[in-house]
Formats: sequence, C-alpha cells, structure tokens
Amino acid sequence: MAKPYHGMTRRYEDELRLFGSRSAKVGLLLLVVAWLFLPQLISGDFWLSILNYAGIAAIGAIGLNLLTGYTGQVSLGQAFFLGCGAYVAAKAGGELNLPLPLWLLCAALFGGVVGALVGPFALRLRGNYLAIVTLGLVFLGEHLFRNLTGVTGGSSGTSVNAPTNVGVFDVNDATIAGTIWSPNQAWFWVIWALVAVVALLAKNIVRTRPGRALQAVRDRDVAAEVIGVRLGTYKVWAFALSSALAAMGGALYGSYQQFVSPEEWTLFLSIQYIAIIIVGGVGTIFGSILGALFLGGLPALIEEYSESIPGVQTSASDSGFISVASFNQAVFGVLIVLFLILEPRGLAAIWLRVKTYFKAWPFSY
Amino acid sequence: MSEFLQIAFAGLALGARYALVALGFVIIYKATGVINFAQGALLALGTYMTYALVNSAELPFWLAVLGGAAATALVGAAIEALVLRRMVGQPVFAVIMITIGLLFFIDQVITVIWGFDALNLNDPWGVETIDVSGVTMSVRDLWTLGIAGFVLAAFFAFFRFTDWGVAMRATAHDQEAALAQGISARKVFALSWAISGALAALAGVTLAAGAAAVTPGIGTVALLAFPAMIVGGLDSPVGAVLGGLIIGLTQALVAGYQDDVAPWLGDGFSGVAPYVVMILILLVRPYGLFGTPEVRRV
Repeated sequence: MAKPYHGMTRRYEDELRLFGSRSAKVGLLLLVVAWLFLPQLISGDFWLSILNYAGIAAIGAIGLNLLTGYTGQVSLGQAFFLGCGAYVAAKAGGELNLPLPLWLLCAALFGGVVGALVGPFALRLRGNYLAIVTLGLVFLGEHLFRNLTGVTGGSSGTSVNAPTNVGVFDVNDATIAGTIWSPNQAWFWVIWALVAVVALLAKNIVRTRPGRALQAVRDRDVAAEVIGVRLGTYKVWAFALSSALAAMGGALYGSYQQFVSPEEWTLFLSIQYIAIIIVGGVGTIFGSILGALFLGGLPALIEEYSESIPGVQTSASDSGFISVASFNQAVFGVLIVLFLILEPRGLAAIWLRVKTYFKAWPFSY
Repeated sequence: MSEFLQIAFAGLALGARYALVALGFVIIYKATGVINFAQGALLALGTYMTYALVNSAELPFWLAVLGGAAATALVGAAIEALVLRRMVGQPVFAVIMITIGLLFFIDQVITVIWGFDALNLNDPWGVETIDVSGVTMSVRDLWTLGIAGFVLAAFFAFFRFTDWGVAMRATAHDQEAALAQGISARKVFALSWAISGALAALAGVTLAAGAAAVTPGIGTVALLAFPAMIVGGLDSPVGAVLGGLIIGLTQALVAGYQDDVAPWLGDGFSGVAPYVVMILILLVRPYGLFGTPEVRRV
C-alpha cells in the first residue's frame, strides 16, 4: 500500500490534535529552544523589554480574541480590565505580600468577576450598542481609578511592589547554576511561559465544544440558540474569560514596570488591543501573539530608527514635519485601515499562505 | 433660581453641539449602517479649516464658517468613496475599526499641519455676555443655539420635502427597494457623509469660539456625543437631537451642583455622567428612547 501524503488527515481526532504532524512537533521544539536561549542571545534590555511588553500584550489580546474574534462581541473595554488587574496586583501583591502565582490568580479572578458583571449588558445589547457601552466603561473606569485614591493612588498613580518570585526563583534577583541573570531576562522566561499556558488554554477552549458554541454565537446567534447553545451562559462566560485574561495581563504589566497611573488605562489602550488582533488575525490564537509582537515591536523600532525615516522630527531643532509620537499614531491608524481592506484575516493568514506554499513546493501555484 | 437658569442655558447650548454631532452619527448610520468613530476627527478638521479661512485667507467669519463646513463635507464624501465603500458587507467590528483607524490618521494630519498649540479662532462673538433679568448668557452660546436650531430645522425640512431627502430616507428604509426605484445608493452614501461632515464642522466651530480655543483635542467632544446618540436611539434623528440636549443638560447640571449635592462621586464626575445616563437608559430601553427595536430573523 502506498504511503499516504504526510499532510493528509483521515480521522476527525487527527484533525483536532494540537501537535499531530511531525512539522508541528518540530515547530514546538524550536519554540521551546527559542524560549530557553533567546534571553541569552539578546541580553540587551532594549530588545528584551520589547519582547516582554509584547508577551504581556499577547495575554490580553488572546482574551480579547476569544471575546471578539471567536464570540463576535465587540468590546472597547479591555483597558478597564487591564487597569483592574494592575491595581489588584498592587493591592494583593504589594500590600498583602501574596506570592506571584497567587496575586496573578487574584487579578484573574477579580477581572473575571467584574467581566461577568458586565456580561449581562452583552445579553441585551448587540454589535454597535455593545461597542459604545464598553466605550463608556473605559471612561467610567478611568474616573474610578482617579478617584478611588485609597486603592489606586489617584491621578498620581501607585507603585506596584508585588513579590516577583516563583518558588526560589526570584525574577528581580535571578541566579541559576551560579550565573546571574538580569531582571529582563528572567521576566522573559516567566512572561512567555505564561503566554504559552494561556495560549494552550485558549486553544483548548476553541477547539472543543465550548469553542464551537462560541463560534456559532458569532456566526449567527439565533441559529446557535436553535441548535441548543445557551446564548446567555456562553456570552457571559466569554466576557468573564476575556476580562480575566486582560486583568492577568494588566497585573503582569503593573508588576513588570512597577508603577501604574490612570493615564494608561484609556480608550487608546483598548484600541491598541483591538489593532493587535486585527493585524494579527481575528479569530486565531496564534494571530494574537503575532499581532502583539508586531505592534509591540513597531513603535519601538520607529523610535530607535527615527533618525533615518525622512520627515520625522527627532528633536525640537530638527527639520522634520512630524514628531515621533504623531508618526507612531498615524502609522497605527494606517495599519488598521490597510489590514482591514487588504488582509482582513491578518498576519496569521499571511503565515498560513506561506506555509501552504512551501508544503506543496515545488508544485505550488 | 437665576443660577439654575444660567446653568441650564449653558447646558442647552452644550447639548445643541452634541445634537449636531449626534445627528451626523445618525445620518451616516441610517444610510450606511456604519458608526462613524472618525466624526471627532472631521469635527476637528472642520474647525481647523475654518480657522485657516478666517486667519490665513482673511475671509469674513460667516463666509469662513460656510467654507469650512463645505470643505469638511467634501472630505467626508471623499472618505466614504475612498475607504468606506470598500467595506460594504464587512462585519460591524471591521467597519467600526476602520473608522477608528481614520480617526488616528486624520488627527495626526491635523497636528502636522497646525501643530499642538491652542489657536484663537478670532470669532466676532468673543467673551461678551448678555444679562436678561439676572441670568447671564454668553453671546457664543446664544449663537450656538441659534445656528443649531436653524441647521436642524433646515435638515429636517430637507429630509421631508426635497427629492434627495426622500431618496436618503428611502435608502435608509430599504436599500434594495430604493435601488430598484433608480436611487443611486452610492450618491446617497456620499451625501450622508458630506452632511455629517458639515454638521461636525459647525459643532466644532461653535465649540472653539468665544473663550475656548482651537486645540487638537477638540475632537474628543464627539466621544460624548456617543451617549447622546445612544440615548436617543441609533437610528432616530429626533432622538439624536433630544439625546444631545439631555446629555448637555445633565453634564452642565452635574458640573454645577455635584460638589454640593454628592461630592462622594469624585472630581470631574460631569465628564462621565453622560455615560452613566446612557447605561441607565439602555438598561430600561435597550434601543434608546426613539430607536427601532431590531427584529431578529432566522
């Protein structure tokens, strides 16, 4: 019997397997190796901090993708939940001195509960109305963060001194086998390990029964209801889960930069997260991570190489016509528009096309 | 009492501006089913163009206002033709995001051309006030109410009595049936964007006149017109105007009395009060005061 083509799946179970094919296993191995050795290859704080911020953003973006990409509920409220998470980290970690896994869990729980409270709005409202109510949530949240001075330190912000050790391994004072590692290197391992856990969790949700229910709600909610999907339950769960992941990302963010203030949790932040999933790929977990890397890296790259971009003003005396910050925001707006018009399925779709091209090589057309 | 009247009057003037912006939202939404987040950018652009016409081209103020509104109308129609037309049939989420992308882009274009400084519009109204039996009203607010009232009446007459107005209403009601009657949906779409651009420009000018100034952040007022639109109902022009007035009054009254009545709500609560009103009304009426409940068909 001739050996079947290696890429062919013949059983439904094979189709669902995460790391079924040989190439997927090799890819996984490469990722693990990269995770282990990347902080040694690039020990510079500049690049490592970009990767760390991108990893933190990836966690929140995976949450948003579950809600918006898979369940079809447009939310502009991600910034509010990120903020909640950061302040829980300041409180539970910084003041109660809980260890890292516990304050992360606290943040996720708090975010999840608040998200579940917002969820019922999603039951009554659809599409455009929901987008604007969640927009209101961001402004109300900012007001709360400014005025609950006991918890958030008001407009001047609060420092986040949460414990940063996982067991005996302290991120801010890392020694492994006699070698001392910088905090950024240690954070890289912790953050990207968490990204992997969250991505695995999300992938497992979307490839099983609840995930199919969420996608049915997205594609046509009435039809989903008719075939027995409980709309209310699934929408509220999607909200809770997305908010929990956002809060977790926010907690990490606060603890990583050790200080947060209400100026950070604005509509712009929410829109950045939406841009991440659009550029990365709406409705893909992998795309959320790609998008976070791309949009996390781009502003830093622009900042770093701004002197060689024509027209960009790097100092007040420079002849350029646009400042770096303005240029960043303009690029950001143009990227959203271009991706939506030219490649609505994002970087993930581009990656998929490249992969298929080489899979069938040399017979690709 | 006179203090109350004074606050209420300022609130109504503020509400009139929200009504102009919210009516722009509703017109675009009814015609094309798009919520235009870039309305704030159009508002800022219109204000800056009027500023340029007054101060660089040295036109008389009223002519500059008309010119600014017309130019913004053109920009609106151009955006529709170049960008939004490609998004017909795309999911709600994608269309919302594309207007947000435009918002960021246009805002930056504005700062590139005019910089970040606060500019004086040089309007004839200035900071003058009129005193009517103890109630002080600023001339700017009187003009705002006058302009808004006139423009809103003109637009309602336009929708009611002209061929184009009827074409727009027909398209909003049933796009396919309108197409079958020979109405060009493209022209209607472009016209709705043009009208809402002109409305935004007028709102911006009345906002930047008087003691206020033209600043890059002026477009953020459009974010407060969202609650106005939602309170009235997404697809109701009358609702948008009423919603605008309700939100404006709420904001002014909260700003005036919150310190005495409910200081525990925190500083600057008037800035978020519109959103609270919006959420409360949506809890009772999920489609706003005048919105059409959505019929869900299988």
